[in-house]
Amino acid sequence: MQEADIKFLEDSFKKYYFEHFDLIKVPERTFEREFGYQKFNSGMTRHISVKDDKELHLLLMKNVPSDVYCSNAYYSFPNLPMNEKDWKEADLIFDIDAKDLNLSCRESHTVSICSECNQVSKNSKHCLKCNSTKIEKKSLPCKNCIDSSKTEVSKLSEILINDLAVSQENIHVYFSGNEGFHVYVYDSQFQQIGSRERSELTDYIMFNGIIPETFGMKKFKPNRSSFPDFNEKGWRGRFSKQVFGSKSKRPKIISELFANGYPSFQKTLDDVSEKIGVKIDPNVTMDIHRIFRLPGSINSKSGLTKILCKNLTKFDPYSEASFLSDESVEVFANCPIEFSLKNKKFGPFINEKVTLPTFAAVYMICKKLAIIA
Amino acid sequence: MLELGQDEIAKYPFLADAGQYLKDKGFTLEQFGVDPDLKQLVEKAFERIQVAADGKIYKSDLIGDQVSKEAALPREVFSFLLAIVLLKLSGMHTLIKRFALAEARRAEKYLEKDLANISDVSKKELAIKVINDLFSVQVEKLDDYFVISISDYLKHSINFHEREWKLINRHVENGQVFLTPHETVRLIRKELGTYINSKIINAKTPTMIPGFEDSVNKLVSLSKKFVTFTVTTGEYPPCIKHAIEVLEKGENLPHSGRFMLATFLLSRGQSVEQVAPLFKNAPDYNERVTLYQLNHLDGTSGSGIKYSCPSCEKLKTQDLCFAIPECDNIINPLQFGKKRK
Repeated sequence: MQEADIKFLEDSFKKYYFEHFDLIKVPERTFEREFGYQKFNSGMTRHISVKDDKELHLLLMKNVPSDVYCSNAYYSFPNLPMNEKDWKEADLIFDIDAKDLNLSCRESHTVSICSECNQVSKNSKHCLKCNSTKIEKKSLPCKNCIDSSKTEVSKLSEILINDLAVSQENIHVYFSGNEGFHVYVYDSQFQQIGSRERSELTDYIMFNGIIPETFGMKKFKPNRSSFPDFNEKGWRGRFSKQVFGSKSKRPKIISELFANGYPSFQKTLDDVSEKIGVKIDPNVTMDIHRIFRLPGSINSKSGLTKILCKNLTKFDPYSEASFLSDESVEVFANCPIEFSLKNKKFGPFINEKVTLPTFAAVYMICKKLAIIA
Repeated sequence: MLELGQDEIAKYPFLADAGQYLKDKGFTLEQFGVDPDLKQLVEKAFERIQVAADGKIYKSDLIGDQVSKEAALPREVFSFLLAIVLLKLSGMHTLIKRFALAEARRAEKYLEKDLANISDVSKKELAIKVINDLFSVQVEKLDDYFVISISDYLKHSINFHEREWKLINRHVENGQVFLTPHETVRLIRKELGTYINSKIINAKTPTMIPGFEDSVNKLVSLSKKFVTFTVTTGEYPPCIKHAIEVLEKGENLPHSGRFMLATFLLSRGQSVEQVAPLFKNAPDYNERVTLYQLNHLDGTSGSGIKYSCPSCEKLKTQDLCFAIPECDNIINPLQFGKKRK
């Protein structure tokens, strides 16, 4: 990224952190957390401890980071090297990202930016201008991406509440600032479990590693009565609803499953998993030393804020997570995809000089689809 | 500590305070070496170790769950306590491990039976208390099941490789996992063995007691039987070497270690028939089971999927990694030696 662009982004971000510090959610037990940040065109600075919100505000104003992070873990000494921190516990976290959902819409709003000549082409494997294969993909998520991510969040919440006995008020859902959602679980029975245990939890939530026997299918002498029923709790109940559809179809479908046999049932399970399993990123949940984007901070992939979703169904990131100013700025834009922010439509722009509000300019510059003119 | 009745100490003798028990019964260790009636118990203790060394479970005088004789109970406890004294005097760690494992299996049977006991509530409660006090696992009875919190379940189940122990293959409801008595006890098997083992290891070694020499000498020669099997291992990584050494000594290699060893050797091109004899010395060796498991890992039976050797990362978390500089940051034991040129 060029100097002028960095300066513009830093100025915009600084203004945000000055005016909207109230949006930053300084986590509980601040002094037990590890903080970290990145500046534009620079590496990560981490192992920082922060006493309270004042100190955090100072850090943001002084460094004007592109991204700010905070651990979900609690440590005795958050500022020491990892093996000396003395890990105490960690909130359970989940990352749901539209890019992991295999959505068919992706193709239409993803561009390829050549790392050699900066040529922007519609989604392709190599640069259409210089044929280089060093390609960076950028996506401008659409409504379908957000809605599909929301569906995954709802599926996750249902399992957390009904199967894992997490109470609704301890589940906090944040828009990640780019293409998905971050879900935090506080005060659960899982605060102190380690990485391998969390990995098992992700398999449970994702519906991974199932054996046919769990859903009633046995290798020898399978028995109709061991198949799940509609009113059962947990995965057996969800499986019934997905596979049988209705109570009246249950006997017929069980007969079909019988006829197809054991190996085919494993295949059925894989198909079902794709539909009813929750598509979380397992690596995020099982990492108990991660620093995770700080709620209320700006995501430098988009210039949007990671913000709490009070009403997930109604939540619209493109009107509710954009907090940068309306001040006009002139940019060279090469953004072949239309997008909308704060209820205004922008683009497509093909190699043209345009005057835009700051929030829209920042969005495109962050996506590497525009530069300051 | 738990308040134990006479028959409970007989079932779970490792819960008793050995010194205190002898004192309460009015005996000293020295008496067992000289008094001909008491000396029989030393022989009984030796037998108890011998049975364990053979990979079997000691059959007690307690018939089923009932007390056969008034005298049987103390005898049962004495033979356990004296066995520990003999083991400590012999200093044979191989035998201690085997003994601890066999005693764990024995206790497991009683725990399971006590959990399932519907006619005697106190028995069930004691079993629940043992599990709770020793392994910090809170168990509650709910209808026909025993329920424990998911987080407690996971702490133990992650040590199992079998898919049926995965949380997804369990009956989960409202933050809890539902288990049968058998599964409840199986869940803490490893910890039970470790507990008994550490109890023996941490016990004080007495000075030689006159009249115990014969039995101790017999134990020393008994342990020699387990140090015969050798395999030449040219370029195996240290984790694999360690696993083979443990098996050679006839000590117990945890399930995760056996899984690692078998998958490693099978991936290196050895056949099931070549790998199987390695486990012959294992305390719980059973040829039929070993062949079945190896064939399963090899993908020649069961799911048809060949299991791969676990990553170094995974082995580290299972305390099976003994990295040396030659490992050179490999991420799987199978890469050992390949990366170096």
